[in-house]
Amino acid sequence: MRRVLNLACRLVLALFAAGLVLYFSGYSPLAAYKAMIWGAVSSWDGIAQTLVQATPLIFTGLAVALANNCGVFNIGAEGQLYLGAMAAAVLAAYLPPLPHLLHVIIALCGGALFGGLWALIAAWLKIKADANEVIITIMLNSIGTLLCAYLANYTFKAPGPVPQTPTIHSSAALSRLGQGAQFSSALFVGLFFVLVVWFLLYHTKLGYDLKVVGSNPRAAAAAGINVPQMIGLTLLLSGALAGLGGAGQILGLHGRYIDGFSPGYGFDGVAVAILGGNSPLGVLFSALLFGLMRAGGMILDRTTNVPVDFVIIIQAAIILFVSAPELLKTLKINWKKGGVKHARTVADK
Amino acid sequence: MLEQWLTSDAAYIIIGLISSMLRMATPLGLAAFGAVYSERAGVVNLGLEGLMLVGAFFGVLGSFLTGNPWTGVVFSLIAGGVMALILAIFTLKFKANHVVSGVALNLLGQGITAVLLVAIWGNRGKSPDVAGIYPVYIPGLSDIPVIGEIFFRQSPFFYMMIAIMIISWFVFYRTKWGLRLRAIGENPAAVDSLGIQVFVYKYLAVVLGGMFAGLGGACLSLGELSMFSRNMVSGRGYIAVAATILGNWNPVGVVLASLLFGLTSAIEMNLQLYGWPTQFVQMLPYIVTILVLGGFVRKVSPPKAVGKHFDRSDTYV
Amino acid sequence: MSEALRMSNIVKRFGSLTALDNAELIVNKGEIHSLLGENGAGKTTLMKILYGIHPKDEGEICLNGTLCQINSPKEAINAGISMVFQHFMLVDNLSVMENIILGKEETKWGILSYKKSREKVMELSHKLGLKVRPDMLVEDIPVGEKQRVEIIKALYRGAETIILDEPTAVLTPPEVAELFEMLKALKNEGKTIIIITHKLKETLAIADNVTVLRNGKNMGTISTKKATPEILAQMMVGRSVILQAVKEPTVKGPVVLEAKDLCLQDALKNINFTLKKGEILGVAGVEGNGQTELLEALTGLVTPDMGSIYLKGEDITKHSVKQRIREGIGFIPEDRNDRGIVPSFCNWQNAILGYQSNYQNRGVLDFKKINAVSKEILDTYQVKTEGIAAKTASLSGGNAQKLLLGRVFYHDSDVLVIAHPTRGVDVGAIEYLHKEILNMAKRGKAILLVSADLDEIRQLSDRIVVLYEGSLVYETQALSTTEKELGMYMAGAFNKDESKVVGL
Repeated sequence: MRRVLNLACRLVLALFAAGLVLYFSGYSPLAAYKAMIWGAVSSWDGIAQTLVQATPLIFTGLAVALANNCGVFNIGAEGQLYLGAMAAAVLAAYLPPLPHLLHVIIALCGGALFGGLWALIAAWLKIKADANEVIITIMLNSIGTLLCAYLANYTFKAPGPVPQTPTIHSSAALSRLGQGAQFSSALFVGLFFVLVVWFLLYHTKLGYDLKVVGSNPRAAAAAGINVPQMIGLTLLLSGALAGLGGAGQILGLHGRYIDGFSPGYGFDGVAVAILGGNSPLGVLFSALLFGLMRAGGMILDRTTNVPVDFVIIIQAAIILFVSAPELLKTLKINWKKGGVKHARTVADK
Repeated sequence: MLEQWLTSDAAYIIIGLISSMLRMATPLGLAAFGAVYSERAGVVNLGLEGLMLVGAFFGVLGSFLTGNPWTGVVFSLIAGGVMALILAIFTLKFKANHVVSGVALNLLGQGITAVLLVAIWGNRGKSPDVAGIYPVYIPGLSDIPVIGEIFFRQSPFFYMMIAIMIISWFVFYRTKWGLRLRAIGENPAAVDSLGIQVFVYKYLAVVLGGMFAGLGGACLSLGELSMFSRNMVSGRGYIAVAATILGNWNPVGVVLASLLFGLTSAIEMNLQLYGWPTQFVQMLPYIVTILVLGGFVRKVSPPKAVGKHFDRSDTYV
Repeated sequence: MSEALRMSNIVKRFGSLTALDNAELIVNKGEIHSLLGENGAGKTTLMKILYGIHPKDEGEICLNGTLCQINSPKEAINAGISMVFQHFMLVDNLSVMENIILGKEETKWGILSYKKSREKVMELSHKLGLKVRPDMLVEDIPVGEKQRVEIIKALYRGAETIILDEPTAVLTPPEVAELFEMLKALKNEGKTIIIITHKLKETLAIADNVTVLRNGKNMGTISTKKATPEILAQMMVGRSVILQAVKEPTVKGPVVLEAKDLCLQDALKNINFTLKKGEILGVAGVEGNGQTELLEALTGLVTPDMGSIYLKGEDITKHSVKQRIREGIGFIPEDRNDRGIVPSFCNWQNAILGYQSNYQNRGVLDFKKINAVSKEILDTYQVKTEGIAAKTASLSGGNAQKLLLGRVFYHDSDVLVIAHPTRGVDVGAIEYLHKEILNMAKRGKAILLVSADLDEIRQLSDRIVVLYEGSLVYETQALSTTEKELGMYMAGAFNKDESKVVGL
């Protein structure tokens, strides 16, 4: 309960800070927040858009959270997502039409495999040369994005001016739900994996071992856990989740690989995982929240003159305020000394 | 003989290539100084992309408001410094994870510049054209064949980069502040035990670094395009991170690394002209960095205490 | 002689733990003063307060007769105090000279004047015979030289009082002799020197006066002229409070664990021993003489370069940690928070660590079994906690150690490798833990006990071996030896040819 309150405080502070930025840019933050939230929840369209936006974040959030549980910072979900998307798009368009479910599963598995292998490069370098996985995965992001750009521009390019792959076979498409609704069963694949990761982390020996490695690798070694192996396996799974996210976008939403289709889902995954406290259910919650903000932001963009990018500021503020352990403590001290007034509400909690 | 060669196509291409290498390297080098200062003081700076973006934006804004591009440069320095101060406060005061804070900084830069772009100019894509900063022909020197053409007809930002490189090298290796800074990134407890204000150095270094990164952004907007366009940094912040690593956190080293990466950009532009794929050339800086970190190329030694929180009460054993 | 330093009624608390309880220290000008005590007695904490690293909760510090406030290392340096830490405070990638001048550089407008600095450093170096090479990088010089660099660093800052924390811990005997010569030279220069140590022999060899700390309390100050090892040992350990565990004779069975010619780099040299069913073999020795490596080799965390380990006759040298746990080697590591438990985990998670394979069906954790077992462990081993779901970090040191011991004991290994079982544990828990260890021996377990606490070793062990510089230099029956004899071997004060060869 305390943790929830603590998190709520940080969220409020983050929204307040982001609102300040908006205020100084000459907008009314309250009106903006109201328009965002109201826009996202008041209509079926808004709710559907929230779910569409949340879907890839569930996957990348899970990817980052899983790795964090093992003490590995996978900041490369973006690159893994691209690789997974490309693999799925190619399998879905170039294989002959197969029975519906089979084709979907093959394309998803291909996405997971390539995402996972991409992450495994980082694991290999970390284990072999003790290379910092943060820098490696960042570099792999850029390389992966460029590699996919090449493939979309040349190898698998569909005729026409746009760098994109051919349309996927309908047998490989994740079905859209409802009439005109944009969100697809990719969402349910995501929910399924929330459960899978939850079960993995809290109900299996593998998850237990993984968390021991993440919390105290030296104790893990003394307990007979093969630490490098566990790091490799975790990054493989983490990359696979991100790759699945990319595959889901292709099979469910775009219907083909379009160059630059991700506006940074991978990096958003970091924010989602942090806000979700690296737990799968937390990730689901924060992905939905971020999805709502994005959907609301798009409506905000259409109905007012506040651009959708405002949402990025909120995300940045949330990352900063949620990931700063001594934030509340410091504000509390200020309050005791008679400093910042609004800190009182924070400190009381 | 030489004169004959100078008029050949090959010479034209090579001189053009080297000259654009220097041009492309400048924003990278300036931004990389940002990481060098910050990380020498022990604070990981992955927020270069965001710092460059605000620098680019506020540079244009300053020029737009006053009509003087140099005011824009001052704006960009301040903006970069203020953004970096956020990084410093969150990592040093609130003990946030350095990497996570860097990611946040990038998002913040992206969001703030995009919102302000609309708020100020009502345009989602780009700012209006403003007075920019143009290449300067250094009298006399610029007339030297080849050399003059390459080195002395560059943007003032290039000269600034060279000046900062020299000054930084001198400060790092010849002054007491540099000595202390290098020591802090390596072993802050040792420095603290000698009665030096470790945190003052850390804050100053991060903020100063942010100013350099902001300058790198202004180099892109004021020096190249004379306007701001949305997300115009497009990954150069990460290349600057790569340059920092390849340059082994040394002011001269990072400029050399930036030149190498500037060359890949220059080649990439030429390939583009001929309609050849550029992606693989673009990958080079990242691949080089991975090879370096994987121990395949050269040994680099990052400051040992980089990314670690320092607290007097629990650092002494 | 006048008084250089007086610390009186110093109190320091870390949370619920009182590290210093009205501690007192008086040091005369120009003397070498030893601050003696066991691990955790509060010696280093007291000196860190003097050096301005830890704020004190209560008490006063007087320097040269005047009351002083020292709130930071800077203030301490300005007051003429310098401290040489056990883990040297040197910046590896800077040169020796840069390390020495750091923070007090000779400059002109901020620009370093290396020439001037070099003159000063060389002058100090020559005057006291402290040989250092100013242009070498610190990472490239040997430990002894690093220590000289630290001492010059102190002198360069004009220190009148120099504190050295366990200065001999990392030195070889010739280096120790050299250090003592240096310290005497400094004393002749009129410097005041405080040495933090737990070694009796060294105290008697170098110090003029000695102050003994135990459990954060002052046990008195005496002149080394009047002191004997017996007197000091009694002050350090305090016979009266030692709780004698009653050791009943146990039935010894066949050999269960055997090490043959174990070698590991410089750390272990031809280690041979056998361990029988129902026997407790104590490994005595000053820390850093190969204990960590021996433990890691026995549990499979490192593979020895040479030699073999046999468990019930089977060669297990190449077996992994996991295999050895399954084959029946239980491990209680030297620092529980380092290798033993995961503090951020719940009690139930820590109660199965290392044995998690026993609590799963096809990879799925069996919570029914886990809950039952972890409850049983908490109950049986009297762990005071809110329950199996409470965070282990919330447990006191003694209770966390009980949980760790309980986990290993519950899982019924034939061999128990136990290191420092009572370190950082309150007195009440010590008695209980000792009783449980003896119980396990009675139940027929073969126990290897590594401890820095001689009393613990002597009380619990059937047989004792002494580990010195990576070799087992002495073996004896626990009942037929004295503390003095063991101490001599632990300190390396024996004739190498005469030492009994330890073997089969």
